[in-house]
Amino acid sequence: MGIKIIGEKCIGCKICVPACPFQAIDVVDRKAVIDETKCNLCGACVDTCKFKAIMIEREVVAPKVNLSDYKGIWVFAEQRGDEIQEVTLELLGEGRKLAGELGEELCAVLMGSPSIEKKAGELIEHGADKVYVVTDKALSRYSTFPYTRTFVSLINKYKPEIVLVGATTIGRDLAPRIAARIKTGLTADCTGLAIEPEKKALMQTRPAFGGNIMATIMSENHRPQIATVRHKVMKKAAKEKGRKGEIIKDQFKPEAEDALVKIREIIKDKTVKVNLAEAEIIVSGGRGLGEAKNFKLVEELALALGGAVGASRATVDAGWISSHHQVGQTGKTVCPKLYVACGISGAVQHLAGMSSSDIIVAINKDPEAPIFKVATYGIVGDLFEVVPALTKKLKEVRG
Amino acid sequence: MNIIVCIKQVPETTEVKINPETNTLIREGVPSIINPFDENAIEEALKLKEKNGGKVTVITMGPPQASEALKKALAMGADEAVLISDRAFAGSDTLATSYALSRAIKKLGEFDLIICGKQAIDGDTAQVGPGIAEWLGLPQVTFVVKAGVEGGKLVAERLLEDENEVVETKLPAAITVVKQINEPRYPSLKGQMRAKKAEIRTINAAEVGAEESKVGLKGSPTWVVRIFTPPPKTGGEMLSGSVDEMAEALALKIKKNGVC
Repeated sequence: MGIKIIGEKCIGCKICVPACPFQAIDVVDRKAVIDETKCNLCGACVDTCKFKAIMIEREVVAPKVNLSDYKGIWVFAEQRGDEIQEVTLELLGEGRKLAGELGEELCAVLMGSPSIEKKAGELIEHGADKVYVVTDKALSRYSTFPYTRTFVSLINKYKPEIVLVGATTIGRDLAPRIAARIKTGLTADCTGLAIEPEKKALMQTRPAFGGNIMATIMSENHRPQIATVRHKVMKKAAKEKGRKGEIIKDQFKPEAEDALVKIREIIKDKTVKVNLAEAEIIVSGGRGLGEAKNFKLVEELALALGGAVGASRATVDAGWISSHHQVGQTGKTVCPKLYVACGISGAVQHLAGMSSSDIIVAINKDPEAPIFKVATYGIVGDLFEVVPALTKKLKEVRG
Repeated sequence: MNIIVCIKQVPETTEVKINPETNTLIREGVPSIINPFDENAIEEALKLKEKNGGKVTVITMGPPQASEALKKALAMGADEAVLISDRAFAGSDTLATSYALSRAIKKLGEFDLIICGKQAIDGDTAQVGPGIAEWLGLPQVTFVVKAGVEGGKLVAERLLEDENEVVETKLPAAITVVKQINEPRYPSLKGQMRAKKAEIRTINAAEVGAEESKVGLKGSPTWVVRIFTPPPKTGGEMLSGSVDEMAEALALKIKKNGVC
């Protein structure tokens, strides 16, 4: 196992040298040489080599389980306050596609209070063939221990091939815990999923380095293959009224660990009218607003568009708006159909959180602002004039 | 209280550039920094120590040059720093990394709290913190924006989508912190002098008692099949005219695109 330079293919072009994040490659006598004490086997050099002269040899570790025992695509049905979250419907849409390619069933896992069972029908109408339901008071609100234990016991009992979980604060708390307990592969925050035709395994594509690069990841020798999936990227499953499916109830088994983490208080943020991650339209304000009270302009435009209010880090740090509104690397990653950036210059960290939006509108007085590089439509101008004018025109064109 | 902080050395992403000719990442000359969220983890550990007494130990898994990140942590005020370094760890994914770190933490002895940054800015996975908690069988509190100790218990406020959740848990526990939790301090001159002279303790795979089959490529279920640069956004259109003309043109475009 390790990394190898294929001598006859390497021409000493040095393209791989700057690609290495660990400065482990040197070219000696027109051949690349790898310093193995520095190399981290990350593979960044492999893809840069135009001559396929760098190889990472992976010793094929035989699967520890019988792969063919694992069948079906599972979706974690995230619910909050007994409401099925939008991301669940997106996962069902994507799961249906994968299930079709593999010729397997699409199933949902629904956990919650005893009253959640009535929501199983909604999941079936959105494409689930089966819904596994586990209810208990201990499951009414998400909590790491009871959710992990219940989900793992379902996986061990029914053996799914693929498990999809929304990349929400719940999903990103739960999925790594499940994967580490089962000791299987997990890929975070995926924006693309496909089935590799030969091995029939899941290919998971995700952004890294703040969206500067994309990586495709597989874990074909482990089951289940688990992925958390970014909001708003996958197409929501269409609803088919009266669609039939099977509901399978499983027993909840309480354990002492369930009481280890106690919720003391939930602090609602009343300024959040539309959840950013689930919003189809986001209007964000930046430093260009000048002061807190000018967020009103952003709010009015958001209201006219029926969207959520976002913010740059600078405005949150300045205390103009609460951190639940923050978009970017230190805030939320969003992917709406329309993102309107008002007075946001577009620092790399902000772009990392919103550049995959479908349509980006940038309004800024500085024509050199980096936000214009990712914008679909740009207006160079004074936001104090442009934003109210846009709000007014939108109201007119929408009637 | 004994606090362990897990940090990662990462390239400073804001300076990552794409070479337009080869369409690859230029990483030469990109400075290495402590993952920003991990600086918040160090700061929070120092604050908790100042309030409750105890010791802060900072650990990282990585190549020998990662000791630079540990030196910065010492300069900020950490009491001890340990580098977990071995060829056997190369190629570890988040499962193998969290296993190796959990072994190392066990080796270091008794502790009350493990603090990690929410995620690293290179991989953005947010999986190692919960992974460590699972390997050690500890309660976890993720996305923490406020932390304190009351009557021997950890009280932490979590930053969620549209609300905050305040939880309490017994110690030992593991938490991951968000950027908003604090403002990391600058190393003092005295701290820098001390860090300069400090010897970084290095332990290898055998010393942490890591099973060979659970680390490195062998211990990693996931592997990177392909790395590529996303197609650049093109076709951006700059609008012109008077404010009203631009606003109208934009309103019509938004309507035409069918988003509202």
